[in-house]
Amino acid sequence: MEAFAGLFGIDPFDLWFFFEVLIGGLMSGVMYALVALGFVLIFKASSVFNFSQGVMVLFAALNFVGFIELGLPIWASFILTMGVMILLAFVVERVVLRPLVNQPHISLFMATIGIAIFLEGFGELIWGSNIKPLEVGIPDDVVFMGDAMIQQADLFAAAVASVLVLVLALFFHYTRIGRALRAVADDHQAALSVGIPLNTIWVIVWSVAGFVALVAGIMWGSKLGVQFSLAILALKALPVLILGGFTSIPGAIIGGLIIGAGEKLAEVYVGQMLGGAIEEWFAYIVALAFLVFRPQGLFGEKIIERV
Amino acid sequence: MWEKRNMSITRKALLGLTAGAVMATGGLVAQPAPASAEEQVVPSLVYRTGPFAPGGISLADGFADYFTLINERDGGINGVKINVVECETGYNTDRGVECYDRTKNEGSGATFYSPWSTGITYALIEKATQDKIPILSMGYGRTSAADGRFFPYVFNFPSTYWNQATAIIRYIADQEGGMDALNGMDFAYIHLDHPYGKEPIPTLDVMAEQFGFTYAKYPVPPASMTEQKSIFLQIRRQRPDYIIMWGWGAMNSTAVNEAASIKFPMDKFIGNWWSAGEDAVEAGGDGAVGYKAASFHGPGDDFAVYADLKEHVYDKGLAAGKGDQMGRVLYNRGLNNAIVAVEAIRDAQAHFGEGQVITGEQMQWALENLDLTAGEIEALGVTGLVPPTKVTCENHEGLNPAILIQQWNGSEYEMVSDWVPAMTDLTRPILEAEAEAYAAEQGIEARDCS
Repeated sequence: MEAFAGLFGIDPFDLWFFFEVLIGGLMSGVMYALVALGFVLIFKASSVFNFSQGVMVLFAALNFVGFIELGLPIWASFILTMGVMILLAFVVERVVLRPLVNQPHISLFMATIGIAIFLEGFGELIWGSNIKPLEVGIPDDVVFMGDAMIQQADLFAAAVASVLVLVLALFFHYTRIGRALRAVADDHQAALSVGIPLNTIWVIVWSVAGFVALVAGIMWGSKLGVQFSLAILALKALPVLILGGFTSIPGAIIGGLIIGAGEKLAEVYVGQMLGGAIEEWFAYIVALAFLVFRPQGLFGEKIIERV
Repeated sequence: MWEKRNMSITRKALLGLTAGAVMATGGLVAQPAPASAEEQVVPSLVYRTGPFAPGGISLADGFADYFTLINERDGGINGVKINVVECETGYNTDRGVECYDRTKNEGSGATFYSPWSTGITYALIEKATQDKIPILSMGYGRTSAADGRFFPYVFNFPSTYWNQATAIIRYIADQEGGMDALNGMDFAYIHLDHPYGKEPIPTLDVMAEQFGFTYAKYPVPPASMTEQKSIFLQIRRQRPDYIIMWGWGAMNSTAVNEAASIKFPMDKFIGNWWSAGEDAVEAGGDGAVGYKAASFHGPGDDFAVYADLKEHVYDKGLAAGKGDQMGRVLYNRGLNNAIVAVEAIRDAQAHFGEGQVITGEQMQWALENLDLTAGEIEALGVTGLVPPTKVTCENHEGLNPAILIQQWNGSEYEMVSDWVPAMTDLTRPILEAEAEAYAAEQGIEARDCS
């Protein structure tokens, strides 16, 4: 790196710093992608944009840390929380989705806003609003590559996200349920006509999204403590979704990486010239710029409808 | 036909949405007891929900519990019971204004408002002045409102943001060997991108020029409070001598965590007194040890008044909220605010008629003539919880703005400084100039304070 810097007359520290920002951005992108994955799963299976995914991350983390605070071991808290998320999937299917089957997507979307508001209030009612520290043994030290400081927690998150994506990709492509999920995503009525139980599929997909939310909640909760501002993470996932496409699991990851790296580089190298705090809207600019060339997102499905 | 069906579905969805919202929030917003004309109505603009709730709950509980103590132990103030009417703002300025309008005519009318938000304070200044209801924005809000000539109904003692900033800089100078040491130093100023976070910038600019230090500003948008990696990457590159923070809500804990993760020396990270709660450091574990923050009162429950609170409020099951905030820094801030308010109401009664419900206008008189001495504070059992304060017609900030510095030791905050005085000689002329500019813009004549 020093030789490369010398070649271009750059201070080696600046080059290492650029590398650090890039890696830091990519790692942030992985964390966004963890949240975006939940959106993708539900959209794939039901064409519903689940507005409540961000709150599901919070709700799952709240339950997890709540059970730990009650004295349960981590593994038991994880299983119990997963049970809560599956129960939630059943309730959502029975109370919200089933009555709205085959209705316009806007109705389902609005129903998910209702779920988000309810879950936030309900979680607060049960577990309170205090910040709850979450310690599950994720490494929190740093490693140095040259002068670049890399957070071990970020590397851990990247490993977790990679495993998660691999498992989900295999699940969707190689299992019967996975294929059924994709069939439901393509056409509810056609899927019903070949005997795919729509209601069961919805419960499964909301449960899987609940699982992803729990993993994201643990990762984010370990980093920041479990607190209600985790719900606003959904805002960070939106540009990732726009960029990666609403139906692609790899798209969520690649989109996350591009958004994460892009916004961090922009903030660090351009932000101060514009008064700072540009990364929030810059992420959307990156996403929209991609949309000009690929309206379906990087990996989204290109649907041609004949009239 | 389709349109009709579609509309009905949308209506159904809307109904579902509304039902969800009502279910979610209905149980959370404290319902006021019906106010009667014989009670002193104290509206409390709270935020017990949302991303700012970790601080908001402590403030609201402390504020409510002290009034409960006065009602339970003393039977009210000279027999006049206090009715605290809570309204949930979520720290949103628009909802804060709505809460004001909804509560100002409760019972015999609102006595005063503590908005707990600089944004809401700014939005209410003109309305409250017109309605003759004081705003008690203790240690926050509009700095230039300290000029009582033009802001008769706004009080921001024991210190404004500008003076708090000067005291923090003075503390840094003290640590580094004197004011001359500031010359050539470099700071990072990380702040909420909100009227509150921008408030001290004019003073920092003046001080930077006068003392020869430089500083870089890092605004944190409220929607990105939990994502500050790029800011701390820049701070790592900047390598500042100190970080100064004007944060609130989740921004504080995120910043402390990020600073720890870049191995920034935490004893050189100083938050203001809204970045001084336990919520800022508890999630940070060992990494947060050494973090410092300003305050104007002690942390913990080692104050005589807590014995009374325990006997008359907690043990009777009358504590506000979940009853789990006692001794926390921001709970004590809520107590502090209520203690001052009770003493002002007492003064107003002594002046206008003991045992009577006072009006907002009478409360304004009392706040403007407030003179809480160390002896009175000791008699109340709140030494260390409330600083001695003297307010005048011209000076609504109090005559001796100063700060204390507390440091997190891993399990609690401990005081590590004596009172650090603000540089009022530096801030007062800027403050008065801004107040005069505001008055000229609004066509307000200066009051005669002689």
